[in-house]
Amino acid sequence: MEQQILEVRQVNAYLKNLMDQDPMLQGLMIRGELSNYKVYPSGHHYFTLKDSESALRCVMFRSSAGRLRFRPENGMKVIASGQITVYPRDGAYQLYCNALTPEGAGDLAVAFEQLKKMLSEEGLFDESHKKALPKYPHRIAIITSSAGAAIHDMLRILKARYPLSKVLLLPVRVQGTEAPPEIVGAIRYANRFQLADLIITGRGGGSMEDLWAFNDERVARAIFDSQIPVISAVGHEPDVTISDYVADLRAATPSNAAELAVPDQNELYQEIDLFQSRMEQAIKRRLKLSRQQLDVLSSSRVLRSPGQYFADRRVAMEHLVLQLQTGIRAELRNKRSGLREYAAALDAMSPLKVLSRGYSLVLSEGAPVRSVHQLKSGDLIQLRLSDGEADAKVLERRSQTK
Amino acid sequence: MNEESMTFEASMARLEQIVRELEKGDAPLEDAMKLFEEGTALAKICNTLLSNAEQQVVKLSKGPDGAPQEQEFTDEA
Repeated sequence: MEQQILEVRQVNAYLKNLMDQDPMLQGLMIRGELSNYKVYPSGHHYFTLKDSESALRCVMFRSSAGRLRFRPENGMKVIASGQITVYPRDGAYQLYCNALTPEGAGDLAVAFEQLKKMLSEEGLFDESHKKALPKYPHRIAIITSSAGAAIHDMLRILKARYPLSKVLLLPVRVQGTEAPPEIVGAIRYANRFQLADLIITGRGGGSMEDLWAFNDERVARAIFDSQIPVISAVGHEPDVTISDYVADLRAATPSNAAELAVPDQNELYQEIDLFQSRMEQAIKRRLKLSRQQLDVLSSSRVLRSPGQYFADRRVAMEHLVLQLQTGIRAELRNKRSGLREYAAALDAMSPLKVLSRGYSLVLSEGAPVRSVHQLKSGDLIQLRLSDGEADAKVLERRSQTK
Repeated sequence: MNEESMTFEASMARLEQIVRELEKGDAPLEDAMKLFEEGTALAKICNTLLSNAEQQVVKLSKGPDGAPQEQEFTDEA
């Protein structure tokens, strides 16, 4: 019998058919370590699953890859599910993987840690980005489901503590694939229309799966981008979500969020009473001080015995008048004796006084003669003496020689 | 906006300021008496605002023009 010659495609088709019919190769779950992990622009993921001795080529198509909730990384230990068959074009068999889960921890736990690490490194959790919460929120936007215990608990507590605030409910789904975009939309909407001065977003307790919307990267970024401060209020006390890390304040539960959001009116009443009593204390002290000042004034002499006070003042005034008069008199006396001295000095310098001592004044034509050169023989001159005058004639002139 | 809550906040702030001012004790008596009267009136306003407050709760939805529309909200739980 002559050997049949086959085309390559016939061999590959045959093998593919063989493998596709083998139930062993369907619905496989294979443990291994990821390597050569590549995400193609098409959205398909290609990787190799290996253990210490062997390797298996794997492909995960976009439809399956889109359901991954964590980011596969080389070196990660995983369980890959799928079927093995031949890719006829290459003649190579590979695992057509439809699900990948981290070994040990659940995929959600891994995804949580990965996102937490990434956002933390980006600085989204930094204290420096935390916004201060208003002391008295005027308008509180609550982004949660309109049904359920969470909104009920929050409304009850807000009403009991601070009924002055207005509550705006922005109803969203808090579970399922639609939840993250709805929560993101509501946060952005509240910001765009400046609806509130505080946002509370969250939901009641549930499984990690139920709370998953609050571990969504889009929700985390929307909270981070919110200009309005955000309190996250997800699940029960031990549940911590990515939203809790990025929010301006983490509340352990929705009820706790309502408590943290607003002041308690009972404490406010007390605060007002305390202000009132402090004011009363202060005004009492102030009045006491004024009374003391009044006492000091009213115990002074002018008010206690005004007659005596004015009599004293009059005596003092008379004394001053007397001093003034004495002063003026003494001053006059001084001035007068000074005048007498000036008169005596003037008298001593008088020319009459000189004539009385035996000197005479020679006048020529009424003017005093100071030099012998003003005279010549025969001039008529007058002599003035202390007690009269005489006419004379110059007989001879002699000038003094020095 | 929410007038009551804003008035409350402003009144509390002014009240606290008055308390501090009075406690300094250096204002003339007449001014101190005026502050005391103002503070006492504010304390009364704050008390009244709190005790008369009735919390408003509304459900918001996006109107046809995109602007928020308020609807009554009744808590079914």
